[in-house]
Amino acid sequence: MRFGVVVFPGSNCDHDAWFAVSRNLGQTAEFIWHDATRLGDVDAVILPGGFAYGDYLRCGAIARFSPVMSAVSKFAADGGLVLGICNGFQILVESGLLPGALIRNRDLKFLCKEVQLRTETTDSPFTVGGIKGQILKVPIAHGEGCYVADERTLDELEAEDRVAFRYVDNPNGAARGIAGILNRGRNVLGMMPHPERATEPLMGSTDGLVVLQSMVSSMAVK
Amino acid sequence: MIAVTPDIVAAHQLTAAEYEKIVSLLGREPSYTELGIFSVMWSEHCSYKSSRLHLKKLPTRSKLVLQGPGENAGIIDIGDGWAIAFKIESHNHPSFIEPFQGAATGVGGILRDIFTMGARPIAVMDALRFGPLDDPQHGARNARIVEGVVSGIAHYGNCFGVPTVGGECVFEACYNGNPLVNVFALGVFKKGEVFYGKATGVGNPVIYVGAKTGRDGIHGASMASAEFTEESKQKRSNVQMGDPFLEKLLLEACLEAMQTGAIVGIQDMGAAGLTSSSCEMGSRAGTGVEFDMQYIPQRESGMTPYEVMLSESQERMLLVAERGREDEVFRVFHKWGLDAVTIGVVTDTGKLCVKDHGKMVAEIPNRALADEAPLYDRPHTVPLRTAPMEAPEFASKNLEGDLETLVSSGDLCSKRWIWEQYDYMVRTNTLAGPGGDAAIVRIKETDTSIAMSLDGNSRYCYLSPKEGTKLIIAECCRNLSAVGALPVAATNNLNFGNPERPEIMAQLVESIEGMAEACAFFETPITGGNVSLYNETLGEAIYPSPVVGIVGLMKTSTPATIDFKNVGRAVMLVGGLGNCDSVHFGGTQYAKQVLKDLWGMPPALDMDYEKRVQAAIRQIVAEDLVESAHDLSDGGLAVALAESAQAIGARIEVDSYLSPEFLLFHEGPSRILISTANAARVQEIAAEYSVEAPQVGVTIEEWVEVRNRNTSLLRCKTSRLRELRETSLGRLLHARKA
Repeated sequence: MRFGVVVFPGSNCDHDAWFAVSRNLGQTAEFIWHDATRLGDVDAVILPGGFAYGDYLRCGAIARFSPVMSAVSKFAADGGLVLGICNGFQILVESGLLPGALIRNRDLKFLCKEVQLRTETTDSPFTVGGIKGQILKVPIAHGEGCYVADERTLDELEAEDRVAFRYVDNPNGAARGIAGILNRGRNVLGMMPHPERATEPLMGSTDGLVVLQSMVSSMAVK
Repeated sequence: MIAVTPDIVAAHQLTAAEYEKIVSLLGREPSYTELGIFSVMWSEHCSYKSSRLHLKKLPTRSKLVLQGPGENAGIIDIGDGWAIAFKIESHNHPSFIEPFQGAATGVGGILRDIFTMGARPIAVMDALRFGPLDDPQHGARNARIVEGVVSGIAHYGNCFGVPTVGGECVFEACYNGNPLVNVFALGVFKKGEVFYGKATGVGNPVIYVGAKTGRDGIHGASMASAEFTEESKQKRSNVQMGDPFLEKLLLEACLEAMQTGAIVGIQDMGAAGLTSSSCEMGSRAGTGVEFDMQYIPQRESGMTPYEVMLSESQERMLLVAERGREDEVFRVFHKWGLDAVTIGVVTDTGKLCVKDHGKMVAEIPNRALADEAPLYDRPHTVPLRTAPMEAPEFASKNLEGDLETLVSSGDLCSKRWIWEQYDYMVRTNTLAGPGGDAAIVRIKETDTSIAMSLDGNSRYCYLSPKEGTKLIIAECCRNLSAVGALPVAATNNLNFGNPERPEIMAQLVESIEGMAEACAFFETPITGGNVSLYNETLGEAIYPSPVVGIVGLMKTSTPATIDFKNVGRAVMLVGGLGNCDSVHFGGTQYAKQVLKDLWGMPPALDMDYEKRVQAAIRQIVAEDLVESAHDLSDGGLAVALAESAQAIGARIEVDSYLSPEFLLFHEGPSRILISTANAARVQEIAAEYSVEAPQVGVTIEEWVEVRNRNTSLLRCKTSRLRELRETSLGRLLHARKA
């Protein structure tokens, strides 16, 4: 399976995602430059963590206008798998591919730590390899990871089983403890925690592989 | 044109004698712009004029050292065709005036020192010193400085994408008006792909890349070379503003441009900006550098040549490319959205020639600026100290309460509040992050990992600059050995007061002598570093505060951590219980936190024994015998136990002649606390190195207990100790803001 990792100016987890996919997952990964208007021959796209365009104005607010995002939107509309991690999640909500917004953490400080995530649904290409209720040990590292949306949207996300992950112990004040959500087509996942940082024993956890391996197995089914 | 008068000379912190030297080097009076250029290059910060003579005493070579002092960073061979570059730098003065930007640009500056050599930064650590948070007069301001510095470091490092993997943070009244921010950075590259700051090849273009030049940071280097007065607080415009996003682009563009093969030399514009980068590059190559102001990208209009030359705007680089291949370089920088323009040319005149629209505004031999700065053998007498040698009378009424006091103190409590604000995992190389004895990052391309530690202890150094500094080196090496790494090289940051005071100069001289002796003995040559003098505010000098960063090499594997893992394991002290008397107890954390006093001498160090203890623990770790390992340092045995007892506790039973206070809290070196399932093998190894390694207890549930000769000294719940350790820093900070 071929993963495309988008590189925005200021992306800094692009190489980590590349490494996790190509070394620890054993799949192919290639970088896609932010001004590309086509994604090329990829089966899935990762929008990595970092500070795209310096996160000036608002996280992800400038990145959404980059040429590559039109291609990513089209790819998603055609059913392609898109995984947005941390800054990538912020870009997805700014782009309107996912609902809601990510605002500053409850304590107004950047927070880097290992957290526990509860797998809330296995009905998605990103979690199909997991078990409902499974607890995953995955790190977070963000200053603006507090997920918010209006009540109706939150109700809708829950009613449609689109909350992929919740924090066991909410670190940032996210509404209803939400750590990751799916789009209505279930082919776009945005999550604040970093699955690519939990893909081999030396990293302290391999639980992030649940997400990446699910993507591989659901592509195989296709 | 501003005329150069004696007042103007004095305002540039140049002495009359130094001015005379300038006149004789030039063979004429300098212009105002030239005076400014000399003043920054000859500042203490850039020229090391007070310390150079003594720095020569430091060992700088070993089989692994590829590059010693004098370059942007030192370089060590780590095997398999790879090398690391690392260095520490201070940003003390700016961090006091503007904590957030001061600390942020401190990180930015040292990162550029690393990647200007072609290495990709993979780790940062910080040694921080602040005034106490519970200081009745300055506590609230100290808390603001802590918050500003920490968020500045976080802001820059997190956005740039380098993990901040460790460091240390200590509070002492002498830093009330002069906090210290020392930033260490380490990068990795292929051996042989190093770039130097040399302007070689007459006729080659001189190219300016990165951020535009503004008025920020003018005279930063000179500011960092003077004492603080009431006026200095007005010098906020001397502090630079950092933009980590731009630096990230600059990093990627520089590394990519280096791959083209078109770059012959490159240097970042750090302290003294365009001035230092141009004249140092010319001086190293024995060439001249000529450029014109009009081509320099400027952020604002109307800047004078003086301002442009002295600006310390961040995120800028100067490079020399092969003639005719400029476009290859430009293409890369433009791809990353950065300015890159040819501003001048390498010449054969040996001079720095600065023109403004064709008119010469400065013409100075590069060597005069870079190599002929004044060198002072400043008088030094007896190191300043007012502490008595004799110990006061003391006897503890409550040893458990004493331990609680210690683990709740700013110095010894958990610094989680700080390091959780740093992304210590980005790049997924961090095998051991903050909170342990040493940080460890792996090199993905090899089977080798790099362990690193920063250490300092200014109370020890105040009592004895020489012995204190030796203890710092020993401890730093011990931190590395405790995780199984072999210490191989060091970088130093010498933070001291005003060297024009003989009793302060004596502190510096003796500290360097102690460092030279210990670094030679432990085979950790100094490959570079930084000297920060004039750390005084209103005549009050800081304690002598050398900080050392040492790196060690180890095979990549999941490292042992400091916490006990299982009950029923043998708890052993590799190195033994150690010795202490009342004189050598005066610099301990117990003396500081419990007795509020300082006296005597730092702990006694037997370097030969220390070296054997470290060799023994490295072998014990290599044989995979430890479930936990933690070096004993501040707070002694009791605090090490409290730190190791995060989930599992321990019952310690010994037979010692030491008094309870000494036994629990003395800080004698050469000791490592481990838990193991194979005490016999540990003792065998220890015996091979002629090192004591008594079993002192066993791990148990819930409690930390210590008994000596069948008398209970203390019994504390692990949950209570943990809660105190984990919550104290937040509470101390919050209390001051309320």
